[in-house]
Amino acid sequence: MSDLAQSVSDTGTITWRNVTRLRRQPDSIVFGIIQSVMFVLLFAYVFGGAIAVPGGGDYTDFLMGGIFVQTVAFTCATTCIAMADDLSRGVFDRFRSLPMSRSAVLAGRTFADLAFATVTTAAMALTGLLVGWRTDAPVVSVLGGFALLALFAYAFLWIGAVIGLSVRSVEVAQTAGLIWLFPLTFLSNAFVPLETMPSWLQPIAAWNPISAVVAAVRELFGNVPPNYVAPDYWPLQNPVLASVLWCLVILAVFVPLGVSRYRRAAAR
Amino acid sequence: MSAIRAEGLVKVFPSRAGEVRALDGVDLEVPAGTVLGLLGPNGAGKTTTVRILTTLLTPDAGTATVHGIDVARDPQSVRRSIGLSGQYAAVDEYLTGRENLLMIGRLYHLGGAAARTRAAELLEEFDLVDAADRPTKTYSGGMRRRLDLAGALVARPPIIFLDEPTTGLDPRSRLALWDVIEGLVRGGTTVLLTTQYLDEADKLADSIAVVDRGQVIARGTSDELKARMGGERLVVTVDHGQLEAGRGVLGGLATGPIEVEEHTRTLVAPVASGSTALIEAVRGFDEAGVRVLDLAMRRPTLDDVFLQLTGHHAEAEGPPDAADAPAAAPKGASR
Repeated sequence: MSDLAQSVSDTGTITWRNVTRLRRQPDSIVFGIIQSVMFVLLFAYVFGGAIAVPGGGDYTDFLMGGIFVQTVAFTCATTCIAMADDLSRGVFDRFRSLPMSRSAVLAGRTFADLAFATVTTAAMALTGLLVGWRTDAPVVSVLGGFALLALFAYAFLWIGAVIGLSVRSVEVAQTAGLIWLFPLTFLSNAFVPLETMPSWLQPIAAWNPISAVVAAVRELFGNVPPNYVAPDYWPLQNPVLASVLWCLVILAVFVPLGVSRYRRAAAR
Repeated sequence: MSAIRAEGLVKVFPSRAGEVRALDGVDLEVPAGTVLGLLGPNGAGKTTTVRILTTLLTPDAGTATVHGIDVARDPQSVRRSIGLSGQYAAVDEYLTGRENLLMIGRLYHLGGAAARTRAAELLEEFDLVDAADRPTKTYSGGMRRRLDLAGALVARPPIIFLDEPTTGLDPRSRLALWDVIEGLVRGGTTVLLTTQYLDEADKLADSIAVVDRGQVIARGTSDELKARMGGERLVVTVDHGQLEAGRGVLGGLATGPIEVEEHTRTLVAPVASGSTALIEAVRGFDEAGVRVLDLAMRRPTLDDVFLQLTGHHAEAEGPPDAADAPAAAPKGASR
């Protein structure tokens, strides 16, 4: 078998293993769904009346882009914990002693977690529709929005994998995988308009990859009010391009980092 | 031909208290089709040796070949020739036994049909057929170990590494696993086995390397190691307050230092000729008026070997200061 065919086959095997594990722990899927539905309901009803959307749009429409991005970003905590768990149980020793592809263990992990993120995204989309989220964008554009979410989720899962391989225990992974996501997602346009932040904070939020992806998803879902003028920052003026570039940069950094961490991780 | 050969393996781990020399020049040679037992207490360097030979770790110095292949130069080829069963029983608890073996078969690239056939064979062989389609989290410890060992055999590798295969198992599971390992060896597999149990090395290994503080301090067959201890052991239990008198009698017969176990009032003396020494001892105790509660002859055990070589028992927990000692002592000795 060629190296490439071997990598593909090994990645398929490991993805199957991780998806099977997920299926046998249905409670983790159920809680993932409950969590995402809860976020949509809380933000829509609690913040809905308080926040004025620039350009005069509906807050639920404004919110959905943000909540989609936040929830798929948080999926990388799952990857982080799963990596740390496999590492602590000696599963990686077995994998590393087999004549298999080195990248397959991480690729198989991230593909399985992407499948999980897809399920929670679908649950959120349905909940959004129930609380009044509407889109009048063309179907191709909406599908493009979900594709961008998937790309973004996949890039972030690799960050989670690297953190999971860097910490020393599953307990640490539970915190380390999650804690940085709070400032990252809240320091963005996900839940409040950028224009309401103090002026010194605005450039930070504008160059936050989360903001670009949120703006891009809103645009692709047709949730941007017609007379809204995007803030004068390049990533927000060109959100789709900026998002794709951000995702590629993250992958270019964290995929090689993850594979090298994996090679050395079990050596501890 | 040697299936496994290691020369001068050194591995240093950084730690808060400075460097720990986990391996300090380990040499090993395992002829094809034989079993080498790596015997030593916790922290002696057994697992580190296995991890280097199975390509999980790279040594800081020294070379190793497995199946004639250099582990540093071509690890992927080494992995095709080996099976590893670790002390943590790395089975996936949410997959069934069959799924675990299928996954490993696929990762060895056996092909789907061959992987399925092999999984079924191994489940049969390891007496796991009834539990084959249950997630392994429902398995007992012994079943998990058997499955983990089966996992190491999926690709029928010529060389198997077993890292403490029976640690933590109940005696029955332990005996069952010994049977399996003996079966493997009859089939021509080369085995490198680590253990802290003397009886396990004695039972399974063709030759034994005693490891302590990152070095091989003795090697040979079980019989050779025992012979090196010279002669047999006279084991005497005396009545209260008569330990000193008893030791006086044995002092005239012993060919080496006498071990005294205060709380059991037992004396262990190495003697040259068993039966003669026994008669002389009985006569001596009688003359000295020492009341003997129990008197026995035994051949030296590997524990005696370990005690003589290292100054401490193999299976006993180290003293509280043992954690500092191994790091300091070998460094000084190697200079």
